[in-house]
Amino acid sequence: MVPITHFLILSSLLFVVGAAGVLLSRNLIVMFMSIELMLNAANLLLIAFSRHLNLMDGHVIVFIILTVAAAEAAVGLAIIINLFRNKETINADRFSLFKR
Amino acid sequence: MEKSLYLIPLFPLIGFLLNGLTIGRTSKRFISAIACGAIGLSFIFSVRTFILLLNLPEEGRLIHEKLFAWIPSGSFQVDFGLLADPLSAVMILVVTGVGFLIHVYSIGYMHDDKGYGRYFTYLNLFVFSMLILVLADNYLLMFVGWEGVGLCSYLLIGFWFEKQSASDAGKKAFIVNRIGDFGFLLGLFIIFWQVGSLDFLTVNQVAPEVFAVGGGLITAATLLLFLGATGKSAQIPLYVWLPDAMEGPTPVSALIHAATMVTAGVYMIARSNVLYMMAPTSLLVVAIIGVATAFFAGTIALAQNDIKRVLAYSTVSQLGYMFVACGVAAFSAGIFHLMTHAFFKALLFLGSGSVIHAMAGQQDMRYMGGLRKQMPWTFRTFIVATAAIAGIPMFSGFFSKDEILWQSFSSQYGSIWIWLIGVATALLTAFYMTRLVVMTFFGEGRMDHHTKEHLHESPKVMTIPLMVLAVLSLIGGYVGIPAVLGGGNHFAKFLEPVMQGLGHEEAHHALLSGGHDSSLEMILMGSTIVLIIISIWLGVYLYNKNTAAAGKLRKSLAPIHTLLHGKYFVDELYGKIIVQPLIAGSLFLWKIFDVFIIDGLINGLATVMGDISTVIRPIQSGKIRSYATIFLLGVVILVGIYIIK
Repeated sequence: MVPITHFLILSSLLFVVGAAGVLLSRNLIVMFMSIELMLNAANLLLIAFSRHLNLMDGHVIVFIILTVAAAEAAVGLAIIINLFRNKETINADRFSLFKR
Repeated sequence: MEKSLYLIPLFPLIGFLLNGLTIGRTSKRFISAIACGAIGLSFIFSVRTFILLLNLPEEGRLIHEKLFAWIPSGSFQVDFGLLADPLSAVMILVVTGVGFLIHVYSIGYMHDDKGYGRYFTYLNLFVFSMLILVLADNYLLMFVGWEGVGLCSYLLIGFWFEKQSASDAGKKAFIVNRIGDFGFLLGLFIIFWQVGSLDFLTVNQVAPEVFAVGGGLITAATLLLFLGATGKSAQIPLYVWLPDAMEGPTPVSALIHAATMVTAGVYMIARSNVLYMMAPTSLLVVAIIGVATAFFAGTIALAQNDIKRVLAYSTVSQLGYMFVACGVAAFSAGIFHLMTHAFFKALLFLGSGSVIHAMAGQQDMRYMGGLRKQMPWTFRTFIVATAAIAGIPMFSGFFSKDEILWQSFSSQYGSIWIWLIGVATALLTAFYMTRLVVMTFFGEGRMDHHTKEHLHESPKVMTIPLMVLAVLSLIGGYVGIPAVLGGGNHFAKFLEPVMQGLGHEEAHHALLSGGHDSSLEMILMGSTIVLIIISIWLGVYLYNKNTAAAGKLRKSLAPIHTLLHGKYFVDELYGKIIVQPLIAGSLFLWKIFDVFIIDGLINGLATVMGDISTVIRPIQSGKIRSYATIFLLGVVILVGIYIIK
């Protein structure tokens, strides 16, 4: 059996990669996918602990997160499409309308 | 009983609405027909009410109509109700009767004025408000009428508002009255607080139970009510507006500032006689203020040259008499003088209006003289009114004034000092009225040639009201001939159910049983008459026979003459101690406090906020990635703290 620490490391790496993607990329779709990556890092951790502790709770939460993520993807993509229609770009820095 | 009390104020209201809504679109004939007709109808119904009252048994002379609940608010209940008792019956008869005559007179007087419709609209509104004032069955509704007449007074004083002095006088009247109204309202608060009702009948019934006789609260309440009365009825210290009110058209001076509105204060005190009887201190204050005003205004009238101003100060002086009567608890004597005064003072004003009309607007008596030939009817009626106000026996003013003087001497609240000053005032009255008549109607005409050629008697529509009023001034006193002259004093008896005052029963008993009192009354009366006749002779001598002596006298008394001619410089004094500090204070508040402190605070706050925002605004850059970075850093820090702990 794979020890829990491996899962922890993998999950942390995935999360850091996701966070870096959100922070460094300007492309809204890449940022979006990075957020999904961070979500899945959390999912992985939940499953790992769930197996480790022999509890079903983690599984259930993961399914809920997947559902929410799917809904969020639908809404998020719709927003991105509309943004693109407005400005013909999906560069996040071009939408800083608050700035004077 | 058939309810018809509400019709009395309703007619003037309809007249006001009809004329007011069609202003500028109807003919003069229509306007005057509506206005005079409304008051005439109202007079007919007043007479009917009076007869109804007379037919009731003496103790139950009361018609009470509750029309609707006006302010039903928890424990505060005020109804819109009308009350006719002997006191209000006298008032409605005076208001509608004299009011009707003055309306008719106005048709002639205002004929060429471009504000004809506006004038009659205001006049009807005034009569409506005055009728509400005297018919109200509670203090609050009375206050509505009180304010209504104040408003109409303002509108009519400033009727010729293109003239700066007229609009100023209107404002002055309104503001001075406001001080009095403030006192009136506070008085009402005390009454409601203690009694729990503002209804006259309830207050009269409950007040003796809740107030201690001579207690602080009742004294405060009655003094505050009296402050209201000094404003409306032009007593010291708030009398200053009335002489200026002469800027209005002369019939207005006759109706509002002589016959009706200014007597509202006297009516209010007579209406509250139950309260005043429980506050001897207030009665004393009323009597002192009254007699002081009577004398003070009488002296001013000696040295005025404007015919209307003499009459205005004379009105202030006569109102002082009425307050003396109230102050010595002879309320019915006060109301009696109110009624006779309404007749002869309205006549004097209308007569002076007729003179001014003939003189093409000239009001200065120094440019009049010899008018008796050109204006016989004005002259004759004027003489009757002068005799009445001077107190010549058998004219109406004699009976009422003598009643007041006698009461001020004999009443347990009176004193010889009040009587003495009262007699002195009567002499002054006789003197300045003689001076006025002599300067206006006798001697040689002093007007310029052009005016002299145009002198004419006024049209019939103006002289007939004068004649009717002259008859009333002549016989108006016979309803109240005192017992000592063999009369029954029906007037006082008629008012007795309303007046708890002196108890005329007692006074009568004293008169009938004690021969001493009655002979004393005769002596006092006789000496007053003799003095008055001497005073009149002196006036004739100085201003007609030997005008050089008058000039010499004026020179030798120059400082006093200046003082009187300048009206004791009270206006200037008020200007110095009240108006100017107020203006200076307001200027300070505006230029310093408002501009620097208030505006400074607000602007300063805005600037500080703006500066802070400039500093922290970069945080909200609008860049999603910088938000995400800060968010992540925050999470890392929080988790870090959690782990380290």
